[in-house]
Amino acid sequence: MSVRDDFTDRIPGGDAGLIVLVLLATYLAYVLAGFVLGYTLRGQLNSIATLTFYIGVFAMLSLALNLHWGYTGLFNIGIVGFMAVGVYVTAIVTKPTYVAGGAAQVGGLGLPLWVGILAGMLAAALLGLVVALPALRLRADYLAIVTIAMSEIVRFSFLSGELQQFQLFGNRVGFGGGSGLILDFAPPLEALLRGVGLWDAYLGFVDAFQVVVPRNPKPVVDGLIYGLLLLGFVAAFYWLLKRTGESPFGRVLKAIREDEDVANALGKNTDRFKIKSFMLGCALMGLAGILWLVPQGAVTPNFFRPRVTFFVWIALIIGGAGSNTGSVLGGAVFAAVLYQGPRYFQNLVTAVFPNFDSPSGFGQAISPLISQFDPVPFLLYTVDSIRQLQLVVMGLVLIWLMHNRPEGMLGYRKETASVIPLSRPKSMTADGGDDDSVRTDGGVDAAAEGGETDE
Amino acid sequence: MSDAADQPVEDVANKVDEGALGAFASGVDTSVDYPLQVEGLEKSFGGITAVDGATFEVESGTLTGLIGPNGAGKSTTFNLITGMLKPDAGTVTFNGEDITGEEPHQIANRGMVRTFQIARELSEMTVLENMMLAPKHQRGEALWRSVMPGVRDDVREQEEELLERVWEVLDFFDIAHIAEEYAGNLSGGQRKLLEMARALLTDPDMLLLDEPFAGVNPTLEKKLLEHVHELREQGYTFLLVEHDMDLIMNNCEHVIVLHQGSVLTEGTPDEIRSNEEVIEAYLGGNV
Repeated sequence: MSVRDDFTDRIPGGDAGLIVLVLLATYLAYVLAGFVLGYTLRGQLNSIATLTFYIGVFAMLSLALNLHWGYTGLFNIGIVGFMAVGVYVTAIVTKPTYVAGGAAQVGGLGLPLWVGILAGMLAAALLGLVVALPALRLRADYLAIVTIAMSEIVRFSFLSGELQQFQLFGNRVGFGGGSGLILDFAPPLEALLRGVGLWDAYLGFVDAFQVVVPRNPKPVVDGLIYGLLLLGFVAAFYWLLKRTGESPFGRVLKAIREDEDVANALGKNTDRFKIKSFMLGCALMGLAGILWLVPQGAVTPNFFRPRVTFFVWIALIIGGAGSNTGSVLGGAVFAAVLYQGPRYFQNLVTAVFPNFDSPSGFGQAISPLISQFDPVPFLLYTVDSIRQLQLVVMGLVLIWLMHNRPEGMLGYRKETASVIPLSRPKSMTADGGDDDSVRTDGGVDAAAEGGETDE
Repeated sequence: MSDAADQPVEDVANKVDEGALGAFASGVDTSVDYPLQVEGLEKSFGGITAVDGATFEVESGTLTGLIGPNGAGKSTTFNLITGMLKPDAGTVTFNGEDITGEEPHQIANRGMVRTFQIARELSEMTVLENMMLAPKHQRGEALWRSVMPGVRDDVREQEEELLERVWEVLDFFDIAHIAEEYAGNLSGGQRKLLEMARALLTDPDMLLLDEPFAGVNPTLEKKLLEHVHELREQGYTFLLVEHDMDLIMNNCEHVIVLHQGSVLTEGTPDEIRSNEEVIEAYLGGNV
């Protein structure tokens, strides 16, 4: 493990360099896989766009979770509930008003998307407040129980027939029950470009792109540009959370994580700090949910199963809780290797062995292995079931990490919680104390210790 | 020393009673000399009564010791005074105001701050971060001020002021050489110093020290005591829980003896030393 520590230290450009390096390596691997698969340029670009999309959403979500868990020590396992509320509230606010005979069963308020996004984030934050008020007063584990229960309550509420449609401000709106909602409004990218008056310029750019991708290049360009937009959001999240962490506010959060009683005894109203931190993180989770699902054009409640929450946790644990860089890196690695990776691996195997004919059942897969020591059918069966095995792989990775590297890829990165560097101000003399005073116990030893323990 | 210290316990209790129940003005009158007044404090856990009607006051600018055998209720009394526990009955008055049942952070903001029996450093924060945490009224503790461009410069300015004070206090306690160290890497004694330094940065009127010398070597103990005396001369008031009788007797002006949850007696060290009841409590059959 020390080898890996050295490795991360040697990368030029520090944390930013590390992120860029990991992203480049990931893209390179995907492009190489695409060549093996015989993808056209269009296919390559599409696969890059999809990859970027998932890197973006998981990086955003794990940054938000890092605020809860890494900074404040709040054990939130209801992430997906806050995403769901964000998405559904955005949908209701933004969907066009109901017209009888239209495709959509229910309408919305017909307001602009940015209003919808703000409303969605606000709703997620308020749900965070409602959850936090009773739970934060209890011990940390109770927050976990309350949040996961909440996320299921949210999902079942959206599934329920009662709330399928109702009247809001005289409009027929609703959550659509099990069949979900059609998001029949301009996706975020189009809304943004129209908002800043660049939509026509963008369409012109898409036309010009026909040189690279003939025939209908719009979906490809949309995907790529939206991926870039998401990376922009990741950068914004990073900026916001870095500033939050490196401030007196972040210092109190860190103190709460370490020992809440101490922070309280020093005069900090810890409940208020925890609630603020929780609400901010929930709003960001809501935003990440909106950016993930609104472009899909439709949303159903069953997307919001707890597994998504655990995906985000895995991403954060891979990267290393407590570090923003680690969160981004964890999100990227999770998206590329564990989320999208198995599917690619399957495609790759299918491409390399085009004639492979996988057994249709477990019995047929296992019997040649036992009777003739022929492992091929079993391996083919495994590859064929890789989507189902994905969760097993994630579980194994998690167990391995907990045993071997519980602090994540980046280890404990301790970013100083302060607006300014805390070294002795230049205006002060190097040693203000009386020089010949007796050192405290083992001052010399402590200095020597310091050298060793400094990581 | 005021006369109150020489009065029997009952009289002191009566005096507090008058202060608390009488006109507010008379309460303020006594509060000038006695920032902390504890009256009839009770707390039981299940069937065990840990604090049973403890009544005492602490004179301003003194180093007052709170002693008693194991299980006398010293730490519980501390927790009740500082809001970590809520009393079943009784009142705590600080600077003339009733603070019974307030949250620890409210009490700390009123100017009474405590340290813990087992030093509770924030181990994954550096000594500097630990220290920077403590000062009150930090503008950057409002989230929006810390994040908003422009306003953050204001926060930066305050941080620079705080940092100078932090380094001054580090120098005062002779722990500047471990400033960059993570608090979790400090020795037990250094943690005690850090805790006291950190408490001091909240700008308190009064410090409650819960066994600050437990597990501290004699050299450091001497050092810590020097600091305490120096601070007391600057006008800080101290209430000290301690096991070591000699230490209390040699350093405190006033000693309160707790036994089975209530005040057995109080007085000057000499009075306590010759008090039969105290000797009985420490050496007698109940221990």
